[in-house]
Amino acid sequence: MSILVNRETRLLVQGITGREGEFHSRAMIEYGTRIVAGVTPGKGGQSAIDGRVPVFDTVAEAVAQTGANATCIFVPAAFAPDAMLEAADGGLPLVSCITEGVPALDMLRVYHVLRAKGVRLIGPNCPGVTSVDEAKVGIIPGNIHSRGPVGLVSRSGTLTYEVVQAMTDAGVGQTTCVGIGGDPIVGTSFVEILDMFNQDPETEAIVMIGEIGGDEEEKAAAFCAREVRKPMVAFIAGRTAPPGRRMGHAGAIISGGAGTAESKRAALEAAGIRVADSPSHIPRLLHEARVA
Amino acid sequence: MKLQEYRSKEILARHGVPIVAGRTATTPEEAREAASEIGGPVIVKAQVLVGGRGKAGGVKLAATPEEAEQRAREIIGLDIKGVTVKTLLVAPAAEIAKEYYLAFVLDRATRAVTIIASAEGGVEIEETARTNPEAILRMPLHPLIGLQEHQVRRVAFFLGLPPELRKDFAVLMRGLNDAFFGSDADLAEINPMVVTAEGTLLALDAKIVLDESALPRHPDLEAMRDLNEEEPSEVAAREAGISFIKLEGSIGCMVNGAGLAMTTMDLVKLAGGEPANFLDIGGGAKADRVAAAFRIILDDPNVKAILINIFGGITRGDEVAHGIVEARQSLTRDVPMVVRIVGTNADEAREILAKANLITADSLDDAAAKAVEAARAGAVA
Repeated sequence: MSILVNRETRLLVQGITGREGEFHSRAMIEYGTRIVAGVTPGKGGQSAIDGRVPVFDTVAEAVAQTGANATCIFVPAAFAPDAMLEAADGGLPLVSCITEGVPALDMLRVYHVLRAKGVRLIGPNCPGVTSVDEAKVGIIPGNIHSRGPVGLVSRSGTLTYEVVQAMTDAGVGQTTCVGIGGDPIVGTSFVEILDMFNQDPETEAIVMIGEIGGDEEEKAAAFCAREVRKPMVAFIAGRTAPPGRRMGHAGAIISGGAGTAESKRAALEAAGIRVADSPSHIPRLLHEARVA
Repeated sequence: MKLQEYRSKEILARHGVPIVAGRTATTPEEAREAASEIGGPVIVKAQVLVGGRGKAGGVKLAATPEEAEQRAREIIGLDIKGVTVKTLLVAPAAEIAKEYYLAFVLDRATRAVTIIASAEGGVEIEETARTNPEAILRMPLHPLIGLQEHQVRRVAFFLGLPPELRKDFAVLMRGLNDAFFGSDADLAEINPMVVTAEGTLLALDAKIVLDESALPRHPDLEAMRDLNEEEPSEVAAREAGISFIKLEGSIGCMVNGAGLAMTTMDLVKLAGGEPANFLDIGGGAKADRVAAAFRIILDDPNVKAILINIFGGITRGDEVAHGIVEARQSLTRDVPMVVRIVGTNADEAREILAKANLITADSLDDAAAKAVEAARAGAVA
């Protein structure tokens, strides 16, 4: 069934009438995602995407009128925390926030509120989630995928596309690709997604793409050693990153000597997970892991 | 964004934290004047964002204004870990009876703002964590309720503060809390917090690191950015809206996406070269942005070749290719460029680049190898 999103997903797009929201909603519809509503305060009653999607003023109204069960947020950083909170209040169980630049202390509060409400948040600062041939929620280009048995989870955007393309080109298809986001505090961790993949009957192997900063890859390694028997391959970006600098992503920083690519690699290898030197090596390592 | 000590103290003072009021000086004469105004012995401190200024001779006592002038002469222009000292803080010297460590930090691992307190003040907290972890109290704040009075008390008792100072401590700690949240900090650290010989509690040193993502809502704090301690190319990049970090190597990189940009640097190294920079050109890049990126990369004389890696999603490969060809015409210096564009309109991109006689590659590994080779060839020639 893949994880998080599928053919049953009824998507709401917050910020659908903005430039990003509009562009990506078109792409999502083209992929086959069912976008049932849009929300832009003040534009309720209008329709978006050539008349195909009704626009509402509030999430609550949109959900009541359309039965939306997931949202994708394309709203500027200053308003994104509020949009995430509105989504949770509106009763949506799944929220994906694409926005980059959300202040960390705002995100801290949003994280705890959504967690307490049992709302699954993906992101922010992420490309979203695509279940191949089922639904695309976010901005991952649809044409790089092929359907297959490998789940992918990543902190990155275009690096995710690079890996997916390498897999597709090698004939290794994907179930679901999840971008958890590049910020220091994101709604869902590697461990939680790995747990979902571990329990998904359609996912037979898992690829994890990490980067410097924080300890989520190390936590994932410990989790996988205990719980995950499916073959796994990882790639960690940032071996050449200098310490103490934010490498683009707010969460990609080696702090006080911790969060290096080496330490993540070591933790993953100690857990029996092969770590690729280059994205292009991932298909081969997956094959090795699967026959092992 | 790191803030200088004197700026951090300004922010703390605004929120009610007792600090030692000092004056900044950029010349020895100003230091003498500051010391005169203050009266009595002063401490002259280099204002630099790098650590280890004490060991480097950047913090000195001066008993008189003349001595302050002399100490200032010694410290201004001093090189501390690659930074040239330009500004000093001249502050009344305090007679220290006891030193403590107190900080608020955003701990991503636990997803909580955490109070860190220790009676081992005046030393690196990482050092204490290694040698005497029992001496550190770590206490997370409730993410929604924030700092509670019982937490303030717990810290006061943990630090062993005398009863007569508990009220002052509550004011100080509440002020540090307010400064942290009010300025959207990642870290607000007082090391040391001291009790003076006279029995006064105050912050002797302060370090605030601000969350870059929150700066748009703090224009007054953005104005505290110390451009003297930033690479000119990085300053220019920020102004152009390009994410850029200067490194030491000879292979310039231009990539769309931070994770992919880090990977590109990693693959350059794997291919035997050294990246000259990290550069994320962002999504939807067009000619003017590409040109700005080239200028920033080529400002570095070490750059012998440029590797461009674009995975087009929203970003259209043909637009980037046009941008590269256009920008190349206006460059002051010609370096070999290896271009790898995949994704949206990659075929059109390849045609455009081939016509312009640029080296292209299909795979990222291949592009990295070609760039390293081009830089080597250039270095020989």
